[in-house]
Amino acid sequence: MSAAETGPTHGYNFAYLDEQTKRMIRRAILKAVAIPGYQVPFASREMPMPYGWGTGGVQVTAAIIGRCDTLKVIDQGSDDTTNAVSIRKFFAKTAGVATTTHTAEATIIQTRHRIPEHTLKAGQILVYQVPIPEPLRFLEPRETETRRLHALKDYGLMQVKLYEDIARHGHIATTYAYPVEVAGRYVMDPSPIPKFDNPKMNMSEALQLFGAGREKRIYAVPPHTNVRSLDFEDHPFRVQQFATPCALCGAEGVYLDEVVLDDRGGRMFVCSDTDFCEERRAQGFTGTMSPDWKGEGANGGRQANER
Amino acid sequence: MTATLPSGAGFTDAVGQTQALFRVLMDAMARPGSIGRMPFDLAPPAPLTPELAAIALTMADQEASLWLDPGLSAVDAVARYLRFHTGAPLTDDPAQGAFALIGDPRHMPPLDAFSQGLEDYPDRSTTLVIAVEELAAATPDNARAFVLEGPGIAERAAFIASPLPDDFRAQLQRNRARFPRGVDCLFACAGRIAAIPRSSTIIGGV
Amino acid sequence: MYVAVKGGEAAIDNAHTLLAHTRRGAPEVPEITPAQIAGQLTLAAERVMAEGSLYDPALAALAIKQARGDLVEAIFLVRAFRTTLPRFGQSVPLDTSAMAIERRISATYKDLPGGQVLGPTFDYTHRLIDFLLEAGAEVPEPARADAGDAVVAPRVTDLLDGESLIERETRADDAPAPDITREPMEFPASRDQRLQVLARGDEGFLLALGYSTQRGYGRTHPFVGEIRFGEVAVEFVPEELGFPVPLGNVRLTECQMVNQFTGSADKPPQFTRGYGLVFGQGERKAMAMSLVDRALRAHEFGEESGAPAQDEEFVLSHCDNVQATGFVEHLKLPHYVDFQAELELVRRMRAEYAAREERVEEEARE
Repeated sequence: MSAAETGPTHGYNFAYLDEQTKRMIRRAILKAVAIPGYQVPFASREMPMPYGWGTGGVQVTAAIIGRCDTLKVIDQGSDDTTNAVSIRKFFAKTAGVATTTHTAEATIIQTRHRIPEHTLKAGQILVYQVPIPEPLRFLEPRETETRRLHALKDYGLMQVKLYEDIARHGHIATTYAYPVEVAGRYVMDPSPIPKFDNPKMNMSEALQLFGAGREKRIYAVPPHTNVRSLDFEDHPFRVQQFATPCALCGAEGVYLDEVVLDDRGGRMFVCSDTDFCEERRAQGFTGTMSPDWKGEGANGGRQANER
Repeated sequence: MTATLPSGAGFTDAVGQTQALFRVLMDAMARPGSIGRMPFDLAPPAPLTPELAAIALTMADQEASLWLDPGLSAVDAVARYLRFHTGAPLTDDPAQGAFALIGDPRHMPPLDAFSQGLEDYPDRSTTLVIAVEELAAATPDNARAFVLEGPGIAERAAFIASPLPDDFRAQLQRNRARFPRGVDCLFACAGRIAAIPRSSTIIGGV
Repeated sequence: MYVAVKGGEAAIDNAHTLLAHTRRGAPEVPEITPAQIAGQLTLAAERVMAEGSLYDPALAALAIKQARGDLVEAIFLVRAFRTTLPRFGQSVPLDTSAMAIERRISATYKDLPGGQVLGPTFDYTHRLIDFLLEAGAEVPEPARADAGDAVVAPRVTDLLDGESLIERETRADDAPAPDITREPMEFPASRDQRLQVLARGDEGFLLALGYSTQRGYGRTHPFVGEIRFGEVAVEFVPEELGFPVPLGNVRLTECQMVNQFTGSADKPPQFTRGYGLVFGQGERKAMAMSLVDRALRAHEFGEESGAPAQDEEFVLSHCDNVQATGFVEHLKLPHYVDFQAELELVRRMRAEYAAREERVEEEARE
């Protein structure tokens, strides 16, 4: 049986990539898992979607996905954003795998910019799309230099940058792609997730894989691994607090999108994780802007990650 | 042509089987000390074990060379089988192999004989694939067990793999001390597989 | 009442249908064929082959049609197709001195063996819009050299080499050249890696960089030793045969820029080389490439460096238009999660600022 006959899309292999490319990516993934937080160079291929639109994540997913997997793809926390739809369709077409929008049902979740609100479980794999994998890139543009700094575990530049933030603004002015230290060794870019999501990376039961296609890097955080957001003793890491619960499902302690309702300052805050929000509404939870709003206290203060 | 074909079959469904096996390998590496199950069997020429053959066929190719231990490289049929099914260059130098296949762990070279990677590129190291005769889960108080802590491990993981060189525990500890340089070890036996990546801390005396 | 936006999938499908419709244009105008593009918009198709790094005129023409004439989009289509092709190995090095020459000019010699062959060029045309083309006028037959009267034209650099006036560039080993599409690049890059990146690099970007060296940002004292364009045979040695077999011909433009070098402690004064080679007739690109190649060698010759065109990481990391267009255009994707985080920060910082101002005012009043 030729490889071309094994995939549902005529002329292309299962999950689009040829087997040699998959092997190359798989070798990089094994190394990435063994050296948590270290960016493994890999011979990223041109993919049929543009660089910067998730080619790294797509290559990682294509290299690991099998016929028995169930795939979920989110962008900004939502399954319905155009790029999430496009990537989900790509794998449904080229690999014929089952897809889902439910976090709990997925074995592989490819994401851009968010970590789902449901706590991920053992056996799940979270694949991040990464635009700029180098956490030091905006402090030092040269690859030859940043590679040396990682080798020497010299992260003084980053400390100075964060400290200058504090001196100037009174707090660290980085709100997303907030750098983390992995397993006490490498400083790593968590991809442009809001720093709200950083704590979810720490000691997660799920395997976290990161793919940067244009920059040709793969890195990983194994399950049960220490992921510490960089901070200072007198300025500990803190996440954003939202003043109101989700206007549709009443969830608290979750990341919210601000939706502008009119041009007179009207706005509402709703869950960024659309699957989480829909599930809660299906369970009867309501928010202030639900048609069947049940009033304060009706939700019993249920929050994310409390199931 | 048939005269040059090696004995021993490869995968019947290379795309599906290598994907399934890779996931087992990745999971083993991501959860050091856990025992994974290999989903199927191969029939390579002895003394190459089915587990070693399956891992080689899954991971090696023209771009990733193989080092064979003396027991394996002495058998011509083994080299021919691997060349035919993987296309990987075979090397005599343990420091040149992307993967090292070890059929006789009692007499394996020390871990530091293999490529340790560079400070700037620690990924350029050898991954060892070791055929053991016993591979089983254990409790951390078992004196024979490798007891591990570190990334991928909730508290502590423990498993038994044997035979291995007497000073293997000390070698693993020195390997850990070289982090992020160092080698990663896969142990395979009777359809089971476990890993000790360089990131694992080895608990206990030598 | 807010309704979560659904139906992204249907919207995408509709957009694609509309794209196909728009691509076709007015139905009363005949549909353009890839053969017309390959045959009449040849330079567009050749640029797509060069930067798509795949020699296939018909495929390049089809990609241009599919891309509605957007060459960067067409280059992207060709690259994505190329990456799925099996790779058999490396060809025998091309012998451009054996090129079937259609055009060959040298700026360093008035006349030379093989002569100056102008070929099909815009160079001496007056750039006046030719309204006759609109009417589809007949074109006169060009003058042609007699068949069998093939031009024998040694490369200008070989002539200089006869006097040892130009640096020798020979590989010390038979090792296969690295392939930037198979191995991630590492800095500093080898020259063969650099040339591969430049050969598929964006014409506009390299043109601007080459131009910058002429204006003093990393000057290299260049002369066009030679530009030649024509067909060259490609040969390949299959493992099982052990001798080269011809695969076919490709049309290439080669530019050898000759640059002054005053010598160093261990090298006598001599000319050095900047090299450009592209698929098709791509003189602008080949010349720009050779200027940038030479600029990137500044370090090798111990020349003063620091200009953008001499900065290897800067040039090689940014000259690929498929990468560049993807990342620039990805800003179109939703970023509202991160923007939300920034909104919160800016609001908080404004509140802190206002509170500070208020305190200052209060203190002033007291």
